[in-house]
Formats: sequence, C-alpha cells, structure tokens
Amino acid sequence: MRFVYDGTKWLPQPLVDVWEGEAVPISQIPTIPAYEKNPHFSVSSELLSFLDGKHLLLDELPFPLELIQEHYEHGYIFYQKGIVRTDQGYRCERCGNERTHLFASFACARCERLCTYCRQCITMGRVSECTPLVVSFVRSERTFYKQPLVWHGTLSSGQQQAAEAVVRAIENNEELLVWAVCGAGKTEVLFPGINWALQLGKRICLATPRTDVVLELAPRLKQAFPSVPAIALYGGSEDRGKQAPLVIATTHQLLRFYRAFDVVVIDEVDAFPYSVEPMLSYATEKARCETSALIYLTATPHPHWQQEIKQKKRTAVTIPARYHGYPLPVPSFEWCGNWRKKVKRGTLPKNVTAWVEKRLVDGKQAFLFVPHIELLQHVVSILKKLDGRIEGVHAEDDERKEKVGAFRQGAIPLLVTTTILERGVTVPNIDVAVLGAEDDLFTEGALVQIAGRVGRSAQYPSGDVRFFHYGKTKAMLAAKRQIVRMNNEAKERGLLQKR
Amino acid sequence: MNGYCLLCHRRYVSRMSWSDLLTVKQEDVLCDVCRRSFSLIEGDICDRCGRSFSLLDETYRQGECCADCLRWQQDDEWSGMLTKNRSVYVYDDFMKEVVSRWKFRGDYALVEAFRIDVRREFFRHFSSESLLIPIPLSRERLYERGFNQAKALADLLFLPVFDVLERHDSEKQSKKSRYERLRTAPFRLHAGGQLQGKSVVIIDDIYTTGSTVYHAARLLKEAGACDVCSFTLIRA
Repeated sequence: MRFVYDGTKWLPQPLVDVWEGEAVPISQIPTIPAYEKNPHFSVSSELLSFLDGKHLLLDELPFPLELIQEHYEHGYIFYQKGIVRTDQGYRCERCGNERTHLFASFACARCERLCTYCRQCITMGRVSECTPLVVSFVRSERTFYKQPLVWHGTLSSGQQQAAEAVVRAIENNEELLVWAVCGAGKTEVLFPGINWALQLGKRICLATPRTDVVLELAPRLKQAFPSVPAIALYGGSEDRGKQAPLVIATTHQLLRFYRAFDVVVIDEVDAFPYSVEPMLSYATEKARCETSALIYLTATPHPHWQQEIKQKKRTAVTIPARYHGYPLPVPSFEWCGNWRKKVKRGTLPKNVTAWVEKRLVDGKQAFLFVPHIELLQHVVSILKKLDGRIEGVHAEDDERKEKVGAFRQGAIPLLVTTTILERGVTVPNIDVAVLGAEDDLFTEGALVQIAGRVGRSAQYPSGDVRFFHYGKTKAMLAAKRQIVRMNNEAKERGLLQKR
Repeated sequence: MNGYCLLCHRRYVSRMSWSDLLTVKQEDVLCDVCRRSFSLIEGDICDRCGRSFSLLDETYRQGECCADCLRWQQDDEWSGMLTKNRSVYVYDDFMKEVVSRWKFRGDYALVEAFRIDVRREFFRHFSSESLLIPIPLSRERLYERGFNQAKALADLLFLPVFDVLERHDSEKQSKKSRYERLRTAPFRLHAGGQLQGKSVVIIDDIYTTGSTVYHAARLLKEAGACDVCSFTLIRA
C-alpha cells in the first residue's frame, strides 16, 4: 500500500478517490506523525481489543481501512514501518532480521516499484517496504483474579524452592532461569507464580518452540486455572485474534506481539529452534512490556549459560532432583570401534548386539539413538533379524505418531530413533543406548536429554543408559559430569528419598 | 563456492567440478538436499497435457493420450484449441509446500529456484520464437499477492511477453467444480489484433483440469493466433 500527503496528513492511497500527486510506500515517509489522543472520539472497542498488545499487518486486521485510519488520526493507533533501512542494509521490524541474504526484492503490485521484503518471517505474511505494521496505544483493562489456582497436587521440596524464586522474579520483574532436571516437574513449578501474577492483574505468556508442547500444556493450565480465559496460539490455531490474560504460544507466535506481557515464560529455551534463531530472542524482547519478568525453563542450558550462572552473571535456581526423589541414572561409556564400517557391512559391534539381545531376553523396552536417518535405516534392517518387531522412527516419518504409540503399548520392543525422541516422550521402565555418541549431533544437552528418558516413573526409577562410542568427546564427558553434579547437589540439599 | 540455500536457509557448499570451471555454468541457489527434493516430470508422458503416465492409473491411458485430454478432444467446443501442454515438476507434497510459500506466503525470490529447470524444459519443447502470454490475476488477487506468479515464470525465459489477457472474475478456480469452470469464461482480451498468425505459449504456474488454459487458448485462437500451446511449472 502507498500513502499520499494531502498537505496536512498522510492518508492510505486506497482512501483517496483521485490523486494526481506522488504516492509513496511507508518506508519513504521521513517521520510518521503521531497524534494526540482525542478523548471525545468514539472508538471501536473491537478494533482496539483485536490489536491489544500486538503489531499486525493490515491483511491480518479484519476491519475497514477507513476505521483504522480514523483511529490513527485520533491518536489511538499508529503505523510503524515494517522494513527500515540501516547502515548495512535493512532491518525487519517484526522479526529483527538484518541478514542480507534473508531479504529479497520484487516488482511489487502494491506500491508499483521495486520493493524489498523480509524472507525470515515470511511464513507469517510478507513484511515489505510498503507494509505498515499497525500498533495500538491503548491497553485493555486488567482483570484481577482472587485465588484462581485450583490444583490439589503438592510440590516436592526442590520444586517448592524454585516456585518461590519464580514468584519473587514475577513480583520484582526480574529475569530468572529455572534449571530443572528431566522429570523434575517444571510446569507445576510455575503454578504459584502464575497464580500470584493473575492476582496482580498481570498478563502472562508461556512460549515454547514446539506446537505439540503448546497442545499439551494448554489443557493442563486451563485445568489449573479454570476461571481464567486462556488461549493457545500456534500456526493455524483457532484462538487467533482472541485476547486472554493467559496465553500459551509457540515462540514464532510471539512475533505478532508488541509490549504485551508482564510475564513471559520461555519453556525449553535450549530446544530447537529458539537456540539457533536470534529471531526468537528478538521476538521475546519485543513481546515483553518494558517492566516485566522473564522466566526461562530448561533441563539443559547451553554451556555459555552454564558459565554465566557459575560467574553469577545470570540468576538461576536449580531443581537437581526428580519429582519422585530418586537420583538420575548416570550414563556409562562403552567403546564400540568403527561402528559405521560395521553397519555398512551389515553388522553391529558385538557389545551393541549383546546390549540389544539382553533387553530382548529380559523383555525390557529400549530406545536406541543413532545420529542420522540413513544410518537409522541400515541399523533397523540389521536389528530386524534379531526381532522383526523392532522399528525405526525419524523426523520425516509419516508413521511417527503410530510407532511411538505402538511402543508405548509395548508392541515394539526396541525403537531405533534419531534425536527427535530426545525430548518429551516419556515411557515408564525403559533403557536407552546411543550408537555413535561421539557424533557432533550429540551435544551435551542432547545427551543429558537422552539420559533423561530413563527412570521417569516412581515405580521404575532406574534403568541403564549406555553411550556406545568410537572415541569419547567433550560433550559426552560434560553430559555425564552434569548428571553427576545434579545428583550430588540433590543429595547435599536433602532432596533425595531417604532409603 | 559458499552460499545460503534459498529454501532451507542453511549454509552450503556447492560441489565444484572441472566442467563448472571450464563452462560458464550457473551456480545453483539451492543446497543438494533441497535440489534433490524437486521431482521433474520424466519418462512417458501424455502427448497432449504432458502429465507423467507412470503416476497415472493404466486405465486412464488411451494410447499416447490420457482420458482427460480425450474428453477435451471429443468436445466440439474445445477440440483443437490447445496443441499441447508441457510442465516441469510433479505436484508432490514437497512441491505443494514450495508453491504455497512462493505464491500464498509471497516469497517471490523462490522463482530463482525454478530458473534452471524451467529454462531447460521450455526450450526442449518450444521454439525460441514463441510469444509468451502469462495467465493474469484479477486486480484484487494481484494486489493481495503483490505479484503475478505466471508473469514471474515468463520473465525467466527472456522472450517477448504479451500481457493481452485480463481476468474478470475474482473467484478462485480451485473453489469451482469442473462443470462451473467450463461454463464461465474467466478472461477477456484487452489488446487484440497483434495475434494474427502468431504462435503463442500460455504460461501458468499449474495445470490441474486444464480449464484455465483451454479458456485462454480459445480466446487467443479467436483473436487470430494460429497455434496455442501452454507451459506450466507444475502438472497436478
């Protein structure tokens, strides 16, 4: 869309019947004037509520352009430039992209000139030089809830200590990292904090990298806070355009928000894609209010975050023990020679085969992690000779859900998998092995997550974690160290079951 | 050579061979993995619409032609309007994903990913004397998308492009039944005359039932074009 200047103000061209003068894309308006809020203007509460805490494309706003323009002229909303020029090139104001290779230009039919757009956030609709981002200056009324938490569970003492730290961070608008081992029960740790925030009338967003986690968390939170409107946002979600004091969203959806939340919780901060996409940390900063709390949840913080915690540059609280109070299973390392060569020849190293056979004989289910899809297929066909029920699963597997389901029901004795199952999948009473733990793909975090699959239920709190390798790596050692350190800390703090 | 893959944005190194050094070969904008995910239409194809027989049930094949094309030929109203259609890619899940990002999300730059294949396949089937006529969008749709995908494809070929068609209905073709598609003529000609005796190639992103292309072809024939073919990125 282009704007025209009629001598007093900027108007969207479609609102002007005949125009002989120049029409420019928003990026070429030197400064977009902001107007004093007119208290006598009769506002559209639908529009303002739709825009509450967001910045959106005109295409995303189901309102007539006239109405939007009126609200702009009366000081209720504002047009921001979607793309701005920088010294090095461009910046996308929605996603923060400044990398030249993620911009492209085309002959745009909207502004009738060569128009540069951002390719990084294109899946959420195109932001180009002629795209205004519409923001509102008005926030909706806060709602204060009296004791909204309805939950009858109890927190372990490790969870309790972390929960108190979360409450304090929310109260004081601080940043906090909650480092909770796999199986510590980190969602419940948030309950007292969210409860307190809702009593103070705060707006809360829980963001996580993956849609399936949003779908799993949303009903749990709705159940815990039944009187509070909560919405779940992800690509294709039906809650789009709705407002609620409690928002559960994928980290991508944060891009549409603008100074919206008093509390932002980022779950699995280390998981793909948050850690690889600076876009999402930009989105988090943008979605927070200027004074707000930011809580990170993770079982496996990045090495440089661990360093910052050690140097006391980053406030963190740890939950070193699992909810059930048993220590984490510690991985053992076993050298298995040049296993890739063996796999190519159609066999597996003897100790690996022996490990698998033992599980089959004992009837104990297991995951076997391998680094790559191509290897996975070879390994599966080798293992199928031992037991035809053995299956493999990887990221692009259409039957992924079915296979994991069959494993849960016990129909598959051993599941060979790539790192996609390193998180989230919890099956009681299993053992875990990694073939080729020395591969670059198995970072410290990935290995800790893999080990974290074992001993999750109170009924079966232990199990075997074996890293088969062709040369130990720093990541392997660091993973083991991290697990041992957590167990020691848990013991020192008296968080383990007395037996 | 180093670059970022146009599709997956990952850094990649394109393999250099002696022939790359000795000939002026254009460097691929995609990484190996993404490039291999495109499926070209290969092997036995329908003489008329260019679809691959290997993906088609045997019963739909009638000699060198598919059942759909036979239906067009048996209809007096449409018979002989379109000489042939040729397409570059098979419409598989990967292609659906790519096209959706290109067309509906509006990532214009992806047209570069098609350049090499589009140029090679076009000149394999059509002469470099052809006149290109891209299928237009309605005004509303053009504003919404910001660009016309058929025009973007035509621009890859460096041949004269004639924008003589104009769309006067805004309904999406995909929302209509075959019967509805046939009944309503979606185009009109806005600059007639120059087509007398010309051989033209209609350019579009996708050939599904063929009705878009047949409608355009009939209009162009009526305006005097002697031979009308079509070329699309995808044969669904």
